[in-house]
Amino acid sequence: MHIDLTDQYQHRESLIHHLDPRVKVVVTLFFILVVGLVRHGSWIAFGALFLGVLGYAAASRLGMFYAVRRSFIAIPFLLAAAPLPFIIPGPTLISFPALNLTISEPGTIRFVSIMLRSFIAVQAGILLAATTPFPDLVWAMCSLRIPRPLVAVIAFMYRYIFVLADEVIRLMRARAARSPEIPGKGKPSLLWRGRVTGSMVGSLFLRSLDRSERVYGAMASRGYDGEMRTYSTFQMRGADWISLIVFSLLILGSLSLMFLR
Amino acid sequence: MLFSPTPLHIPDGFLSIGVSVVGWILAVVFIGIALRQTKDQLGERQVPLMGVIAAFIFAAQAINFPVAAGTSGHLLGGTLAAIVLGPWAGTLVMTAVIAVQALLFQDGGLLAMGWNIMNMGVITTFTGYAVYMLVIRFLGPTTRSRLIGGFVGAWLSVIVSASAAAIQLAISGTSPLHLGLPAMAGVHAIIGLGEAIITVGAIGLLQASRPEVLTTGETAPGKRTATFTLVGLLVALAVAAFSPLASARPDGLEFIAELQGFLGLAQGPSFELMPDYTLPFLSDPVLTTMLAVAVGTLVVFGLAWLIARSSVHRGTVRD
Repeated sequence: MHIDLTDQYQHRESLIHHLDPRVKVVVTLFFILVVGLVRHGSWIAFGALFLGVLGYAAASRLGMFYAVRRSFIAIPFLLAAAPLPFIIPGPTLISFPALNLTISEPGTIRFVSIMLRSFIAVQAGILLAATTPFPDLVWAMCSLRIPRPLVAVIAFMYRYIFVLADEVIRLMRARAARSPEIPGKGKPSLLWRGRVTGSMVGSLFLRSLDRSERVYGAMASRGYDGEMRTYSTFQMRGADWISLIVFSLLILGSLSLMFLR
Repeated sequence: MLFSPTPLHIPDGFLSIGVSVVGWILAVVFIGIALRQTKDQLGERQVPLMGVIAAFIFAAQAINFPVAAGTSGHLLGGTLAAIVLGPWAGTLVMTAVIAVQALLFQDGGLLAMGWNIMNMGVITTFTGYAVYMLVIRFLGPTTRSRLIGGFVGAWLSVIVSASAAAIQLAISGTSPLHLGLPAMAGVHAIIGLGEAIITVGAIGLLQASRPEVLTTGETAPGKRTATFTLVGLLVALAVAAFSPLASARPDGLEFIAELQGFLGLAQGPSFELMPDYTLPFLSDPVLTTMLAVAVGTLVVFGLAWLIARSSVHRGTVRD
């Protein structure tokens, strides 16, 4: 779990930054869906989709490899797919007779395909977050008919993440200041450390609960009646429609490459 | 930047499209119920309270304690959220957390988010809550039983949701069930201890300083439905796990490989427009089987939910 206190949004003057956020959300979701649909071992299609991500990053002036550099987050999860080359039957690529293991060709193809899929899909997500300010993303979710209370909760949460992260940092600093390592004395038990952490979580919860009451009071006194209101800040312009169509066609084109032999 | 990988956030690319879609359908149903229930429970307070508490869970996940050799224990928070707010509010809070993690930090995929919400938002909260309430019912509402309930509930919730993730990966053909399930459950039996200890620490503090906070969670809506919903989900997952696709013998992946080999033989003359390939949505036997599994899962779950509803109604009439 991480708290990155810098916003993920990277402002640049580019066509993609100025697009309607709905276009970016729809294109990103469609892209990730298509990445999931590409058949195992269709290297040309994977290559085209990867080039697409690179091109998108370049067009948004973030630098072609902006997303590639941040895309290693899915690596620990690859462990789950690691047994595939060993257990799927098929023509053998390499065998280790000493260990009684063989690496099969279809298993390797499947493993590499899964790796590429997650690698490419995560970059699309990174680029969405980097080119769209979160409030715009929230507005797009609202306008794409995601239930309004849920979107409101998410928007609210985003506002307070940074406040509560500061509280966490203060709590952890206080704990560090009160827990010096005394030479000659052993470390306290794991159980004790865990319970202290739990107490910190509990007190953070109480502070959050009180804060939410204050926030609600402030909102109610300003006329809040349980309904979140947003005003539309974007309208689909010609450029948005053209981008939507061009991006969709490019994605479909990449998908169709998997029918090539 | 504080970072420690949580192997429960499934990234995109690991779940097949069919499995992802089923996850989203289930997630949408649960989010819908959670929204209605919390609106009834909290009224105007719904948005500010849920929003700030979601930010709390997000921030609390960063509070860690060193365990050994660079690893650290930290909270997922589903059980704690359910204990202090009730299972439906907990589900909503965790959904917001998972959505922000996926959208902003790519912690977990967007297409895979449906199952991530089910695993970490629904299954953890309901498992933790059901166990916690069960212990309190048997041992009485004392501090000791709350601590025991919190410990067991938090620990089990992590294991159950990790097992659920292993089953989804197996059905997707990403990880064989007979290796993935013991590995996921085993690793999370240890990770779950950290979760359990932190949850107990938090409950202990709340019990000592503001015990009324704990009673709001215990009287929240969803008390009766919690157990039934959970049982329904677990039965559905078990059915999916033992379907021919995911069962260990014959191994789910071998089964898929066989089907694909079979496909390779049968592909010849199928379509004029797209030689050598059949449309994946229509005639892929793997996908058809998955859809069958999905429909089966939904039917079993729907039945369980109906039973739960009717028994709740009977319960209220008797009351």
